[in-house]
Amino acid sequence: MSVQTLSLTQFKQIAFNRDAYIYYMFLGVLFFFAIILHDTAFLTVSNFMNIVKQTAPLTIMAVGLTFALAVGHIDLSIGSVVALSALVGALLLQYTGIPLAVAGALLVGITVGLINGFLIERLQVSSLLITLGTMGIITGIARQLTNLESVPIINQDFTYLFGAGKVFGLPILLIWTLVIGGLAYIVLNKLAAGRHLLAVGGSPAASRAMGIKVTRVRIYALLASSTAAALAGLLYAGRLHGARYTLGEADLLTVIAAVAIGGTSLFGGRACIIGAILGSWLMGMINNGLILSGFSTNEQMIARGIILIMAVAIGVKELKNG
Amino acid sequence: MVRTALDQPALELSSIKKSFGGVHALKDVSFKINKGEVVGLLGDNGAGKSTLVKCIAGIHAPDGGDIKVNGNNVIITSPEDARAVGIETVYQDLAKIPEFNIVQNLFLNREIKHPNPILGWLGWLDSKTMIKRAKKSLNRLNTRIPSYNEQIHNLSGGQRQAIAIARAVNWGADIVIMDEPTAALGVEQSAQVNDLIKVISSQGVAVLLISHNMQHVVETCDRAVVLYQGRSVADVAVADVTKEDLVGLITGATDAAA
Ligand SMILES: Nc1ncnc2c1ncn2[C@@H]1O[C@H](COP(=O)(O)OP(=O)(O)OP(=O)(O)O)[C@@H](O)[C@H]1O
Ligand SMILES: [Mg+2]
Repeated sequence: MSVQTLSLTQFKQIAFNRDAYIYYMFLGVLFFFAIILHDTAFLTVSNFMNIVKQTAPLTIMAVGLTFALAVGHIDLSIGSVVALSALVGALLLQYTGIPLAVAGALLVGITVGLINGFLIERLQVSSLLITLGTMGIITGIARQLTNLESVPIINQDFTYLFGAGKVFGLPILLIWTLVIGGLAYIVLNKLAAGRHLLAVGGSPAASRAMGIKVTRVRIYALLASSTAAALAGLLYAGRLHGARYTLGEADLLTVIAAVAIGGTSLFGGRACIIGAILGSWLMGMINNGLILSGFSTNEQMIARGIILIMAVAIGVKELKNG
Repeated sequence: MVRTALDQPALELSSIKKSFGGVHALKDVSFKINKGEVVGLLGDNGAGKSTLVKCIAGIHAPDGGDIKVNGNNVIITSPEDARAVGIETVYQDLAKIPEFNIVQNLFLNREIKHPNPILGWLGWLDSKTMIKRAKKSLNRLNTRIPSYNEQIHNLSGGQRQAIAIARAVNWGADIVIMDEPTAALGVEQSAQVNDLIKVISSQGVAVLLISHNMQHVVETCDRAVVLYQGRSVADVAVADVTKEDLVGLITGATDAAA
């Protein structure tokens, strides 16, 4: 394309594009903390690597949840899947090697995703209610499984692969984030499969009329969200050298806020993977900044709630404006 | 524009029947459409027009009767079947994803894949080719579109209808069915859609047009088939009748045989 001059309307379209909010938010918050925390370690590479490492499971969950939201569903069971998958992985590691343990943990996600998908389609009930139900069931199973005991992991290869490892000097958790994020980006933006996910979220009736297998597409989306949560469980287990039923428990709000602030519509039809990743890094940065500023866990929780409502408010305003 | 309705039947319906429980929506419908011909399907509310369209489009299975496409008997049990034999249906408000742009809508579920076999197998989209083809097909229909990146919901009703029609033709449909394509449109946009119908029929496509608007029928159709209580009761050349004649046939005031 030849050299173009940017007209004012074009500039507005780019600058006030919904997808661009996350960049402003990100820079704004970064700037804000950089100033008020200038005498702390906030603005250091190692602090940022810490944030990325800490948020890796959240980021993977956010990427997965983006798929569910793309088709117009929500998946509340992801937090509970994190716990159960981590526990199953940790328990299996006591008897077998990494491949089987990882397969077992991922199978938790696959199973839950399929159950969620089938129940929603079969009963024609909102995903909110079905996944709220499965969340309860899975949380119960996770608590029952080890009687609230935590399960340590001593397998060094596992904790390297899913936690402490480094590749080319980069933390392996960053690599996991980038690989999963990259794959998801390709699926959603470059492949026909992603086009169909978004079409189903945009208008199920129109998708059906065009011959898209709407039911199948929606089940795949829930499968993706739940399998990603299972992987997040492994990343938690790897970083923390063990699993506990509380893992992922408090993540749901953060993940939904991260995805929403990243430009994905909570009502289907629009999804942004880069936004989901930046959104969860943003949530991590805010947490980190609040901790360094001396705020308590409770206050951080309030901040997350406010951010979620802000993100949703922006989304709803967009929806009304057409 | 030269339009020549060839004397080659594209679609032939004989004795189509369809009941819903005790309601005999279609009792006996027979008519044919030639290639390049625009046939209006008229009838009062409840006459069975939409039911007939759904039988042809594969949404309902008829209880009896035969459908022939290009002279061959076909059995249509799903929208995919209908598409496979070259029948496309343009719905008033279906089949458009509001968040998608024009190209994405035009190629929905018929995306052009990357020529590289591996990428193609993965379903990697060939956006450049799709944009190129979209331009070509909209140009062929004389449709002016502001920008191919425009989201569908920013277009006028007439432009959206044009996209839906372009999509049907794009997929090599020989037969295009339109259920009240201008029902929600203003005068100017209806005229645009009517022009478009003439363009595609001049390219040899057979069009079945359902409309309650006599003016549009008279302007665009070559023939009119009238349904009355589930039966095809008249099949007339539009040039030979007046609007009043058509209204008489629709209401049953005029006996078609007379
Ligand atoms: N799915 C269905 N179940 C039961 N009855 C139906 C169904 N679809 C149509 N009918 C009945 O079949 C008859 C024909 O309906 P149809 O919708 O085909 O009429 P129409 O000619 O399209 O009317 P309109 O001009 O109002 O759109 C009506 O009596 C209608 O109530
Ligand atoms: Mg009707």
